[in-house]
Formats: sequence, C-alpha cells, structure tokens
Amino acid sequence: MDVILFLIFAIIAVVCAINVVVQTHPISSAISLVGVMGSLAVLYLLLGAEFIAAAQVIVYAGAVMVLFVFVIMLLNAGAEVRKGRSLMVQLLGVPLLIVFLGLTAYFVRRLFPGDVTVHFGGFTGGTAQAIGRALFTTYLLPFEITSILILIAIVGAIVLARKELD
Amino acid sequence: MQLWLIPILPLAGFLINGLFGRRFSKAVVNVFAIGSVVLAFAWALKTLVALAPLNTPYTEHYFTWIQSGTFTLNWDFSVDRLTAVMLMIVTGIGSLIHIYSIGYMAHEHGPNHGGYYRFFAYLNLFMFFMLTLVLGANYLVLFVGWEGVGLCSYLLIGFYFDKKFATNAGNKAFIVNRIGDFGFSLAMFYMFRSFGSLDFGTVFKQAPGAPEAVLTTIGLLLLVGACGKSAQIPLYVWLPDAMAGPTPVSALIHAATMVTAGVYMCARSWPIYTHAPVALHAIAVIGVVTAFFAATIGMLQNDIKKVFAYSTVSQLGYMFVGVGVGAFSAGVYHLMTHAFFKALLFLGSGSVIHALGGEQDMRRMGGLREKIPWTFWTMMCAGVAIAGVPPFAGFYSKDAILLAANQSAPWIYWVGTITAGLTAFYVFRAIFMTFFGTYRGEAHHPHESPPVMLVPLVILALLSLVGGYLFKIPEFLAPLFPALEVHENFTLMAISTAAGLLGILVAYILYVASPGTADSIAGSFKGLYTLVYNKYFVDEVYDAAIVKPVVNGSRTVLWRGADAGLIDGLVNGAGTAARGVGSVLRRMQSGNIRSYATWVLLGSVLLIVFSVMLWGPLQ
Amino acid sequence: MSAIPISWFLALSAVLFALGVAGFLFRRNIVTVFMSIELMLNAVNLSFITFSYYFKKVDGHLFAFFVMVVAAAEAAVGLAIILTVFKNRATLNIDEVDSMKN
Repeated sequence: MDVILFLIFAIIAVVCAINVVVQTHPISSAISLVGVMGSLAVLYLLLGAEFIAAAQVIVYAGAVMVLFVFVIMLLNAGAEVRKGRSLMVQLLGVPLLIVFLGLTAYFVRRLFPGDVTVHFGGFTGGTAQAIGRALFTTYLLPFEITSILILIAIVGAIVLARKELD
Repeated sequence: MQLWLIPILPLAGFLINGLFGRRFSKAVVNVFAIGSVVLAFAWALKTLVALAPLNTPYTEHYFTWIQSGTFTLNWDFSVDRLTAVMLMIVTGIGSLIHIYSIGYMAHEHGPNHGGYYRFFAYLNLFMFFMLTLVLGANYLVLFVGWEGVGLCSYLLIGFYFDKKFATNAGNKAFIVNRIGDFGFSLAMFYMFRSFGSLDFGTVFKQAPGAPEAVLTTIGLLLLVGACGKSAQIPLYVWLPDAMAGPTPVSALIHAATMVTAGVYMCARSWPIYTHAPVALHAIAVIGVVTAFFAATIGMLQNDIKKVFAYSTVSQLGYMFVGVGVGAFSAGVYHLMTHAFFKALLFLGSGSVIHALGGEQDMRRMGGLREKIPWTFWTMMCAGVAIAGVPPFAGFYSKDAILLAANQSAPWIYWVGTITAGLTAFYVFRAIFMTFFGTYRGEAHHPHESPPVMLVPLVILALLSLVGGYLFKIPEFLAPLFPALEVHENFTLMAISTAAGLLGILVAYILYVASPGTADSIAGSFKGLYTLVYNKYFVDEVYDAAIVKPVVNGSRTVLWRGADAGLIDGLVNGAGTAARGVGSVLRRMQSGNIRSYATWVLLGSVLLIVFSVMLWGPLQ
Repeated sequence: MSAIPISWFLALSAVLFALGVAGFLFRRNIVTVFMSIELMLNAVNLSFITFSYYFKKVDGHLFAFFVMVVAAAEAAVGLAIILTVFKNRATLNIDEVDSMKN
C-alpha cells in the first residue's frame, strides 16, 4: 500500500518537475511547481513528518507560489524568447548533469544498500510537539535569527519594490 | 715611533681640504695641504734619525685585518733602509712639488671654480696612498697603496674633467693599470697558496726553499703588475697620455713617485727574484727594450711634456735593468737621482708653459733663455744630470746600472749605452729648441715664474748636481741586498759617458748650429720618421686589436644580448606572460549568469569526485 | 503493507535536484530560473526528512523547517529584485543582464 502511494506521488512529482523545466510560459511552470510541492507533502507524511507536511502546503504551496504567480502577472511575462547563448552551458551543461546524476546514484547505492525501509508509522517523532520542543531548546538561537531574517527580508522587499519618489 | 703619523698627516690634509676646502681661502688650503706634507717629511726624518743605523727592519703592528682559518694578515708598517730611501724621496720631493703647485695652480679656476682645493686634496690623498705603499710590511698593504695611487692618478689626470681628452687619458691610465693589477693579484693568490702568507718576512724566509717554477711564476706575475704601474712594455701606453693632467701631477706622480712603485716592489721582492733567474732576466730584458724603444719615440716629439713622458718610460727601463741584473741598489739609486732631475725637468717645463701662457709645442718656443733665466739654468742642471755627465747625479746611477748589466749580459750594456746617447740627445734637443735660437711663438710677454715656483726648481737643481755624490745609495743599501761583485771598468764608463756627450753634441749641431738640418734629415727618411713620430702606431694597434673587439663584443653580446635581451626579456617576459594569462582568464567573466552556474556545477562535481577519491569507496 | 526502501526517496530527491539544475542552466526567463531554485530547495528538503527518518531523530525536520523559512524570505527579496530589474531594463531574459561582463 505504501509502495503504491509512494509510486503514484513520486511519478506525479517527477512529471510536474519536468513540466516546470520544459514549459515555455512561466505560469505553466508555476502551476507545475505547485503540483510538485503537493506531492512532496504526501511523501513527507509517508516519512512521518506531519508538521513539515502541513508547513509545506501552507507556506510553500500556499504563500510562496502565490507570490510567484502574482509577480508573473505583474510582469506580464510572456512565453520565453530564445535569445542569447552561452558557450559554457552548451558545451558542459548536459555532460555535467549526467555526471552529477551518476555520482549521486553511486553514492546512494553505496550508502543505502537497502536494509532500511519506510512505512507509515515508522517514525513518530515528527509531531508538532516534538518539533516545538526541539525548536525552543536545542535550536533556539537559529529560531531567533530566522525571525530577524524574515524581518530583514520584509524590509528589503518593500524597499526594492516601491516606486521611486521623485 | 708612531710610523702611522707619516701617512695619516697627508690623509688629514685630504679630509680637511676635501670636505671643507670649498669655503677656505687659498691661504688656508695651502696651510693644510703643504703643511701636512712638510710635517710628514719632518716626522719621517725624525723617525729615521731615531732609528739609525737601521740594520734590522723596524715593524709596527696596528691591527689584525684579516683572520680566516690559518691565514692572518695584519696591518703593519715596517721601516728598513730601502723604506727609508723611498720615504725621503716621496715626502721630500712631494713637499717641493706641493710648494711649486701654489704658484702653478694659482690661476686655477677649474670647471667648478673650486679646482684649487680639489687639486691639493687629491695630491694629499696620493701622498697618503704612496706612503702606505712604501711603509707596508706585507703585499696586501702594499697593494692597498698600489691601488690607491692608481685611483689618485686617475683623479688627477682627469683633473680638468670638462675636457674629453683629459678624462679619456684618466680612463686609459686606470684601465691599463688594472691589467697590471690583475697580474699582481694573481701573484698574491699564488703566493698565498704556496707560502700561506703575504707577509714580507714570512714569504722571503720561505722563498729560498720553494720550487723554482713557483717562484718564477710569482716573479713574472709581479712583473706584470710592475709593468702596468711603471709603464714598461707592453703597458706603457698610458703614461704619455697622462700628460693631460696639470704639470705638477706629471712631476710628482708620473716621474718621481708613483711610477717608481713598480721598481720598489721588484726591489723589495729580491728574495723571490734571486731564486728565479728567468723572471729576473725578464725584468732586465723588458727594461732595456723599453728604454731604447721609448727613447727613440722621445727623440721626435714636439710637445715638451711628451718628450719628458717618454723619457720617464725610458729611464724607468733603466731602473728595471738595474733590478733585473741583480744590482738592486743601483736600480734604487737611479730611482732617486731620476726623481731629482725628472721632477726638475717637468717642473721647469711647467714654468716654461706658465711663462708662455699655456703653450706646450716646442716648435713655437725658442730663445727664451734671456727671458726666463732661472728656469733655463735649472733645466740645464737637470739636462746634464740626465745625460750622465760626470760628476752629476745621473752619471753615478746610470753607470752603476750599465756596469752591472755588462756583467750579466753585454748586449744589455750596449743597448743601454746607445739609449744613453739618445737620452742626452732628446733632452738637449728639448732644451735647445726651447731656450736657444729665435722665438717662434706668439705670446706677448714671457715672464719669469714667481719665487714660490722657482725655489723648488733651485733646490732640485742642486740635488741633481750633487745628489748622486752626496747620497751614496749603493753603500747605504748594501747590507740589505745580496752582494753583487761589480768590477770597475773605466773603459766602459768612458764609452757610456762619451755616448752622452755625443748626444749633446749632435743635438747642438742639429738645433743650434744649423737649425734646418733636422727637418731635412726627417725629410730623407720620411717613412721611418712617420713611423717613429706616430709612436710606432702602438696605440692604434692596441685600439684595433684589443679595445675595439672588447668594446664591440661587450656592446653586442653582453649589453644587447645578455642584459637587454635575456635579463630584460625575462623580467618583461614575466610581465607579458602574466598579462597574457590574465587576458585568457578574463574570458571567464562573461557576465552570463548561466555560465557562472555551470562553473559552480563543475566545481561541485569535482569536489564530489575528490571526496570520493579521498575517502575511498564507502562500506 | 510492504515497505519502501529508503534509497528510493533519496533517488527521487536526486532526480528532482538534477531537474532543478537543468532548469537553472537551460531556461532564459528569470522567473523560471527562480522557480528552478525553489525546486532544488524542495528536493533538498526531501533529503533532509529522509535522513531524519533514517536516524530516527527530529533534527532533520528542524533543518527542513529552517530551509523553508529561508526559502520564503529569499523568494520575497528575489522577486522584488526581479521587479526592479524589469523596471530598469524592460527584459526578463537572463542573458541580457550581463553588465558584469569582463
């Protein structure tokens, strides 16, 4: 059962990811990305990360992607025009990618021969309580810093995007 | 005994005049310059009187200069009878010439209006180095003085440094001297290697036991040095050109003192030479050949100073003959008498030049004996002395040498006698052309020199006349050198004296009795005349064979090839290479974000590969 | 009730990451490039959660949490920058933003 669940949502994720890369119009890419995030949220549930799955849907799919869609609408971005080129990318892009994939595959095979398996309920430490506890004890400092980070981001975004006062 | 005072006094004069002379008046400069030399003379005299009878050398040790392994070299001064003679000559004649220079350089403005103090400063520096040379107790201290007098010679020859011919002459003197110095240095190296020391005492003690080949090599190398300093063949070419300097310089350095350093050094090294007969004979041969050679050139010169310059070369040849046949004291004897009359001849010609306002060509002189009588009579004294007319100074010394030469190799005696005749001829030619006949020049008012110039002339004239009789050097130096039995041979003495008188007679005929004869003889032997008049083209040969190849080789190979090409090329090449590499690497900064991303990906892939290789296959 | 080998999750993460890189390298629209970046971040998040399951610790979740926070902040600022660039150059082609050339 878990396998079927995994397979379905994994395939959806991969297909949507390919779509993000392949589509010419940015809005299509954005919608595909929402699909990727959704399927990833299901996979997180499979791994016992309840809080993170919820956060993924709320923050990522619900806020960040909406922001993207707004900006695409603001910019009135059309389909991509194939202008400009780069020698490096043309020569090295694909080979490097293949090499990279091969390396990671190799790593994965060597590190995880297959004894550990995932199933629903295999890990119960991903509750909100557990995360909250860890957040406010071990990871208190990064937590506070990220709050400042968000503040900076807000201020920066406002400053950058406002109209010039002439 | 404070021997060090003798050279230090002139050094003090140099420092004071050199550093502050610009602000001094002429009188103050005189006080320091002449005072230091006269004081040095007085101190030397006092020291010698105190050290009499000086049967053993007296040494003073000052400090250890070099201490390296087993080699120790001290800065020592030592006085023995030979040193005593040299000290008296150097300081005595030096004082006289300093006094003379007050008058001669009085009108000196020089290129920087400071010529007066500079001249005396250099002259004092020269005295310091010459005295160091003479007082040194080992070859290295001698060499310090040797090099120093070469430097002062360069400074003084090129004294009129705004004249190209003067600076060229200074360069020539220094460079040719350097060749001699190279020989001297090699000799010292070999000496150190063979004897382990450069000390006179140590070397001379070990010399009799050393193999003859070693001693001959050292002797010949020392001879090279002496040829450079004392202007013998083949390194004499600088001395005639050195006449570009002021006349007192020619008198002091190039007649009385510096050029005699080579003779002094060879005489000092007699323990080496007496055990290396080949080298000793080489000295004599070079001496006599040079004497004859230079005398022939001197016969035809028209510049009065050049005549005496070649005469100096020739007379130095006599001194070398004296040393080279084993009559060391005779050579030194001639050194002394030559100092008297040659200095007098130069100072007298300086007086003539001064009287005529700078004229040096004898063809434009003549009939001056009534106008400048004191100069005339003193120069006549010098003339009879150098011609070897008995009983004046030159007769004794020249005869001592020629008699000893006859015992060693008769041909040297005959060539020497002929040269004596030539000597008398050219000296009296000069005197007759200058003082007799009618005045052929254009100076308005030839006037006698001031007393400050005449008094040294008179003193030197007296010394030229009676000095040989008064100062019997051979007996004085006899305990020092190995005994050489010289039989008195009146026949030979008569022959050499007659040669001198014959020379005077011929000069009288050619230049006083029938003045045009000389030119007609020159006309009949035109080729030979041209050859000798142009100094046998030796300078031209040297220039073509040695100077030009070296200069051109140095210019093309060393300067353009090695320096500009190789070294500059390397340095500039490094810069160009850096720029080249930079211009290639610059292409990486394309401004294209996607290519930057590719670089990042490349980098991370490489990192992964490296980490895999580092940590090896996992599990 | 069969279980899924954990290496499959990691393989999925790698594939998603590679797709994100591909999008970053080969697309010319700035916004699309940005979305590829988000895709990469998501892939990494999956990897973190997987390892958290593997070690049975909650720390991986915390990492993923922080990644999400930072990604949100970065998205805000980044999109503001894109807006400014568009205002100044009137282009959304990443190849035309090359004033740092040479």
